[in-house]
Order: sequence, then structure tokens, then C-alpha cells
Amino acid sequence: MADNKFAAYICSGCGIGDVLDVKAMEKIATKEGKMQVVRSHPFLCNEEGVQLIRDDIEKEGVTHVCIAACSRRAKAEAFYFPTVALSRANLREGVIWVVAEGSDHDEVRQEMAEDYVCMGCAEVKKMKLPAGNPNRAENKRILVVGGGMSGMTAALEIAETGYEAVLVEKTAALGGMAAKLLKRVPFNGAYAEAQPTGAAELAARVSAHPKIKVHLSSTVAETAGAPGRFQVKIAQESGNVAEEAVGAIVQATGFTPYDLAKLPELGGGQANVVDQAGLEALAMAANGGAIKRADGKEVKSVVFVQCAGQRGSGGNGSGQHLEYCSGHCCGTSIKQAMYFKDANPEVDTVVMYQDLRVPGMGEDFYRSAQNKGVIFTKAKVDGVTGGDTCQVRMKDLILDEEATVDADLVVLATGQVPNAGVNLDQWTEVVTAAEGGSEEAKVQKIELQKGSVLNLSYRQGPDMPQFKYGFADSHFICFPYETRRTAIYAAGPVRRPMDMFQAIEDATGAALKAIQAVENAAAGRAAHPRAWDLSFPQARLEGCTQCKRCTVECPFGAIDEDERRFPLFNESRCRRCGTCMGACPVRVISFENYSVDTVGSQVKAVNVPDEFEEKPRILILACENDAYPALDMAGIQRITYSAFVRAIPVRCLGSVNTIWITDALNSGYDGVMMMGCKKGDDYQCHFVKGSELAHYRMSKIGDTLKQLGLETERVVTHEVAITDNARVAQMINDYVAQINEIGLSPMKGFG
Amino acid sequence: MSDMNTQAVARYRNNFLKEVEERVEDGHWVRMCMQCGVCAGSCPLGPHWEHSPQKIFMMIRAGKREEVLTSDAMWMCTSCYNCIVRCPRKLPITHIMHGLAHYSHRLGLAPKGQPTREIAKLFWDSLVKTGRVNELKFSLAMYFKDGFGQGIKNAMAMQGVGLGLVKAGRLNPMEILGGHACKDKGGIQKMIAKAQEIENRKKGLTA
Ligand code: SF4
Ligand code: SF4
Ligand code: SF4
Repeated sequence: MADNKFAAYICSGCGIGDVLDVKAMEKIATKEGKMQVVRSHPFLCNEEGVQLIRDDIEKEGVTHVCIAACSRRAKAEAFYFPTVALSRANLREGVIWVVAEGSDHDEVRQEMAEDYVCMGCAEVKKMKLPAGNPNRAENKRILVVGGGMSGMTAALEIAETGYEAVLVEKTAALGGMAAKLLKRVPFNGAYAEAQPTGAAELAARVSAHPKIKVHLSSTVAETAGAPGRFQVKIAQESGNVAEEAVGAIVQATGFTPYDLAKLPELGGGQANVVDQAGLEALAMAANGGAIKRADGKEVKSVVFVQCAGQRGSGGNGSGQHLEYCSGHCCGTSIKQAMYFKDANPEVDTVVMYQDLRVPGMGEDFYRSAQNKGVIFTKAKVDGVTGGDTCQVRMKDLILDEEATVDADLVVLATGQVPNAGVNLDQWTEVVTAAEGGSEEAKVQKIELQKGSVLNLSYRQGPDMPQFKYGFADSHFICFPYETRRTAIYAAGPVRRPMDMFQAIEDATGAALKAIQAVENAAAGRAAHPRAWDLSFPQARLEGCTQCKRCTVECPFGAIDEDERRFPLFNESRCRRCGTCMGACPVRVISFENYSVDTVGSQVKAVNVPDEFEEKPRILILACENDAYPALDMAGIQRITYSAFVRAIPVRCLGSVNTIWITDALNSGYDGVMMMGCKKGDDYQCHFVKGSELAHYRMSKIGDTLKQLGLETERVVTHEVAITDNARVAQMINDYVAQINEIGLSPMKGFG
Repeated sequence: MSDMNTQAVARYRNNFLKEVEERVEDGHWVRMCMQCGVCAGSCPLGPHWEHSPQKIFMMIRAGKREEVLTSDAMWMCTSCYNCIVRCPRKLPITHIMHGLAHYSHRLGLAPKGQPTREIAKLFWDSLVKTGRVNELKFSLAMYFKDGFGQGIKNAMAMQGVGLGLVKAGRLNPMEILGGHACKDKGGIQKMIAKAQEIENRKKGLTA
């Protein structure tokens, strides 16, 4: 510790000095905080104040700085001292703006402020300046898997930004689904006419680009490594295997149309009943002329059946087939109906829909089709029979009557099935069974592996996790491009159903994300959402019991096992959530700037009054992403809440180690509130699983509380959104009232 | 009249939408309806007639010629213009309703005894004859359209209003004796005949 020098700076600006006793806080910082340098300043974030700190760092050799001023979320640029460990005590948003005004509250306000100063000092004493990931990897090439519209766009965007792209395409040509379309729905202009797809031009640009290397008739046989240093084996049709080293991956493997054969009730498999892809083939063959059926007969009447086998309707209310809406098919049918009307306005063209969904400017396109004389009938199609004259049995939902309509050709608007590779839940099941010795499972595992796209050699399985309905992973509510596999991004319809316009936009976003990822990996930094963070998890393996909780619970699959079965951290895959740290029962995992100690020492730094003072103390562990900002926002809006709470920001609720809670209760806190993001299917947790894990862990804490002789209400877990500023204040006040009702903790004075 | 109907049926076979587009005022708008139902929900007469505008438009597209042309729906429209104001697709619904009424009347398919239709006929006949609407005769004809007994009752009920109008000089009882016409009665009649001829030609109607 000889070289460490600790300093605290207390700001009296922004009204802090008006309602708080700054001198007393300085004293506390020296005496209890054990800071060697303690200074106050009336305007700490101005040039002079910042210079004061900078001088101490440069001339006095200060290595650890605690700034007691505004929230850590404010003035981050002014208080940017990258060469020292830094903590922030939140006196402004956390104290003076939230404690009720008036001298009645002077005492509790001052107590709160002094506690925060102590906490800030205690925290910084346990912090180290992060050295950065030693395993930096500098490879900045980016692999794109899939050569359709999304893949080609991603590769081109990557290349045009100045990075090298490697594109792997399964078939013998670029273009994917887009190359099989006569035209696409319009992206611009008056949105009245279908437009050329541009797929061929794009393919030509991609093939000719000096920064893009294209592997055709190839698949990814193996992906090993981590961000910045992936080693990819590319299996070519010839049997040769090429190797590529890349830093990040964009998976743009698109979709397969839902199998027509699964829709016999809608005429799937019968003569003159086609899906939208089938109609494109007929339209390509006609090339602007009259569209002919497979038997060569010119089509004089056509019926489009929307939502065929989609939206849980199965087209016939059977509840089978795809549960979701594929989003593009209304627009696509409109476009295809125009093929007929443009070639011959006399063709009877009917679109049978239940809800016509045309996002974006599609409404204009719909109108244009109506203008061209396409008839739109709101109807539920109950059955289709193919043949020379197809019959569509339907119920008109406006006229409320059943009818049968004859047509030369029926087009079923079937859905998109993502090409996302192996379902990891299924994979884990099979692998567990195989490891248990099941021969059948071993065969199954080999079969499953054949369906993999990326063939990752990750402990968690060969592809990225899948989402509802088998789509590739996405943090769909907050950060749609993010997946749980760092530096691997899904783009296009493999991620969620979408049309070509959206796929192009999606691919552009994923390309930029991939570039960010290779840059972060090269700088030894974390990726989203702590993209600046140089810390990474370190484990004292001497203490590790090999319980594997960290390996299993890490939401990002960043932890493998080494040959001795100890956890092996892949720093560049790690997102710095601390879920592993929260999981570890023997507390051997920590970060240089965030550890069981940095938080634990804050918990202990609070001065807990004895039971006769009748001042409860409630610990808040608030997620730094949403809950802590919500608390700050309460302050900014001057919404008051009880001065009996002490809030500590945590990286994620998943990083909360139960020891903090038991320590707090043991030392006489009366209650603990945990605040994290929304969990479950529509989670908002920035680290996907952290909040859910915390809720799960806390559901088990009842026994511990009982052993301590405490009521289960003493620990509560809440979901808090970033907009919940008023709600969060209410929650605090309600909880304080509840604690007063059950009575103060019997543990006081024993800690 | 029913000749005209037979011709129309022959000409458009199953394509009633096309018939409406070509022959009904503003009929070409029918294809643009997106079936949102805003008009149906906006029409103050909604609960009182057989088919809402939305339904009428759907029926036209479904080829329900007979049902549309014999519907009482378009005769119930009060021209309040609520639907036009609200239709997100900007369909001139009120005008289409009137157009349909007119067309069904010309084809002789409009419901017999439908009060709006009867009144319109009385109004028109009075107008064509003298170039003016004879209010007294028009009102009386209206009162008596459902029979003599009912006519007396109606007339008695309106007595007060009638006398008030006479006192105020707004109603001349002498009008009952033929009434006054506009200066060039023959000219007006010729003009109307010409207009009808032009319209028939435009819409391909032969009477
Ligand atoms: S749990 Fe979080 S902090 Fe730990 S290794 Fe995984 S990503 Fe990193
Ligand atoms: S409001 Fe307009 S678009 Fe909507 S149903 Fe009525 S006519 Fe059709
Ligand atoms: S104008 Fe006629 S159809 Fe339209 S809302 Fe009024 S009454 Fe109904």
C-alpha cells in the first residue's frame, strides 16, 4: 500500500454547502474515511476545481480519488482521471435533492451525506486501477456468414468503412432470396410501384471489392477463439478446408419459407397452389409478360391467401404452424398482385386478408394496388383445393357469410423460418444425456451438430442462443443488435421476421457493431454495455471449489473450463456484468474496480444507529443501468424520499453476492431493497439474465433470514425501469413504512 | 326501366364493381375503401339501415348487385358528411351513396315506397313541370302520399305552421290553383332533357 495515496474532494456547489455541513464531512473523510488528502471546493467541476485534483494527482502522487459531489452519472467528462482509481459519493442527486427541505430534516440529511462520504472513501480504498485485458487480440477482419441481401450489405458496409470482410456463402452464387425475386417492394419514391431488387448489382460490387474475400459453396466448419481472435475453418464443397482468422462475426443466414407441404388444408402440395417464392419463380419466367401456371395456362384469376400457416391461425384456426407474423408478406402479396395487374389489368386479382399489415410507407403501396384494381377482401380462408380450377373456401368477415371462390392460381403467403442453427436448450439436453452415456444421445448430438451454422467450439454450444420461435438471439427491447455471444451479431430475418428494407438496415447496424467489437477487443476493453471498461474478472483459483456456478450462470458464455476443470475466463467475451462474482459461493471472483470488497466495505461503512434512535437503515442495491438512473432522476425532479436509505449502484443485480445482504442484516440494517431491470421473456436486463438470476437467488434467501430470526420482508426485490423516477421514490417510502410496521431489526448492536 | 337493368346485367356480367365504377357517380372510389369501418361507426343513421357504407362497398366488390341496388341504405343517408370528413381513405362516401341511390332508381330497383325516394320523386316532378318547386302542392302531396285519411291527419297536424307561413306572407294559398312557373318553362324542360341525354351518353345508359 506504500505507493497508494488516497484523497477525498468535497464539493459545496450546486447548493450542497447550503444545506450540508461540509466541514463536518471533511472531518469524517479524514477520520473515518482515512483519506490522506481532504479538500473541499465551492465549484469542483469547474476548471479550477478539476485542476486542484489534477495537481494532487500529478504533484502529490494521489492514486485514489473519492469525489463527493454529484452523481457518478453527472460530470463524467470533468471528473475523468484515467490514471487513478475513482469513486463518487452522490451528495447532490442522492441527498440534497431527495431529502425533504427544511431544518426538521437537517439531522437525517447530514447523516445521509456523511454515510455517503464514508462509503465513497471505503469503496475507493478497495479499488484498483484496471490494467486492461492482457489477452488483447488485434485481428480486425470480420466474417460474414450468408451471402443474401443482409450478408452482402454487411460485407459491403464493413469494407466501405475500411475493414476487411470475409463472406461465406453456402450456395454457388451470391444473392440469396433477393436474387430469386422479380422485383421488391418500393423503398422510396412515391411507393406506388415495385422496384428492381438490386441484388445482382450488389453481388457484383461485393465480388469486385478489394477488401472483401468471398467463399462460395462453403460453410463454416468450426469457429474457435474469442473476439479479436476467432479461428474459422471454412469447408468448401470440394472437400477442401480453408482457414480464416477474424475478429468478429456477422451471422446473416436469413430464412427458409415455411414448408408448403405442411399446409395440405390450404392446398399445399396440390396443383396450382404456390407460395410466394413459387409465384416469384412464375413471374421471373414471365418476365413482365402474362404470368403462366406450371401447366402453361395463362392465369386469368388469382387469389392470395394471407397469413397462411402464420399467426397461430394455421390459416384455418387450427392453432398449428407458425405462431408469429412474418411482417413482410402483406407487402409482398401486394407487390405480386401488381405483377398480374401490370401485365394484364383484366386478371381477377383478389387478396384475402384478416388484417393487412403494411408497415412504414406500405400504406401508399397498398393504395396503389387498389388503384390498379386489386381487390382486397377481409376474409378468413378455411380451405383451398388445388387443381385446374382451384377453390378457395372462405368466410367474408365484413359480410359475415361463407363463400367459395374459383381461381386459376392460389398463392399462399407463408412465413419466414429462421436459419439460426442449433437450438441450445435442445443441445444442452442431448449433451447431458450423451455425457451420461446414452448411445442414442450421442448419435443425436452428431445429427444436431450438422444443423449448426457457426460450429462454435464454445462450452455453451455450437451456435448463439435462440430466442422465442427459434430466431437468433437479440436484446430485442433495448439493444436489438446485441446477442449473448460477444462480437457475434445476427442480422436480417435470422434475427426476427423482416422485409428487405429492414434487412438492409439491420445488416448495416450489425456491421457497425462488429467494427466496434473488433476495436474494443484490440483495446482490451469490454463490449456493450460497459464498452469503456478495462476491468475483467479475476479468480483466486486456490479458493475455487469447482462448483461451476460461474461457468453455467455467465449469460455470455465467457467462461470455459481449463484442463483441471477450473473456470477459464475469456476476457474478450466477458461483458463485465459480474454475474459470476454474484454466483460464486466462496467469493473468489472479483474485478479490479468492482469486487465483493468494494461493495461490502460500503455496506459496512454506513453508520447504523442503535435501536433506541428509531432511525431505520435500509440498503438499496440498485442496478447502474436503469434503477440507479431512476433514483437520480427522482432527485433531478426533486421528488423526495426517505433519508433512511443508502443506495449502492451495482453493475447488474446478477452481480449481487448474498454475502452483502447477510452482512448488512447482521450489522443491523433493517431491510434490503434490490432494484434491477425487468426479467422474463420481455427482459430489459442489460445483461439478459442477471436480473432473473438475482430474483431466483433471492427467492432462496428465506432460509437464511429464518436462521437469523428475521422476517422475510427484510429483503425485497423490485423491477425498476429507467423511467420509474416517481415510482421508485414511492417504493422507498412504502418500504420504510413497512419496516416501521414490522419493527426495527433485532440484530442491531451485534454486528 | 327494367330494360336498362337487363342491359346492364348483360354488359357487366359478374363485374358489378366495374359497373359501379363506370355508371355511378364517384363509383371509381369504391375500390379504394380499406374496410376500416370508420364510416359505419360515424354514421348517425347507422343503426337504422340495412347496410353501412363500409358493407355496401364490400358488397359491391363481392359482386352482390341485386342486394346493393335494392338496399334501402343509400336512401337513408342524411348528407351529414360525417363519413366523408372521417374516412382515412378520403372516399366521397356521401356522394357515392347518392350516386348509388340515383342509379338504383334509374334501373327501377330501388325499394318501392321508400319515403326518401318518394319525396325526391315528388320534388323532382314538381320542379321539372314549372321550373320551380310549388311548396304548397309539394307539401300536400307529401301529406297525402300514404292515403287520404293519413293525409288529412298530417295536414291537420301542420295547420299551425301553415297558417303562420300564410300570415308571414311566405305561403300563398292561391298556389294550389296551378301556381306560378318560371319565365321560360319550356326552356328549363329542354335544358333538363339535354343534361339527361349527356349523362346517359357518358355513362352508357340508354333509356
Ligand atoms: S458473468 Fe459477466 S462478468 Fe462474469 S465472466 Fe461472464 S460476462 Fe464476465
Ligand atoms: S371510412 Fe372509408 S376506408 Fe373506412 S370503411 Fe368507410 S369508406 Fe372504407
Ligand atoms: S353522410 Fe350519409 S352515409 Fe355519411 S355519415 Fe352522414 S348519413 Fe351516414
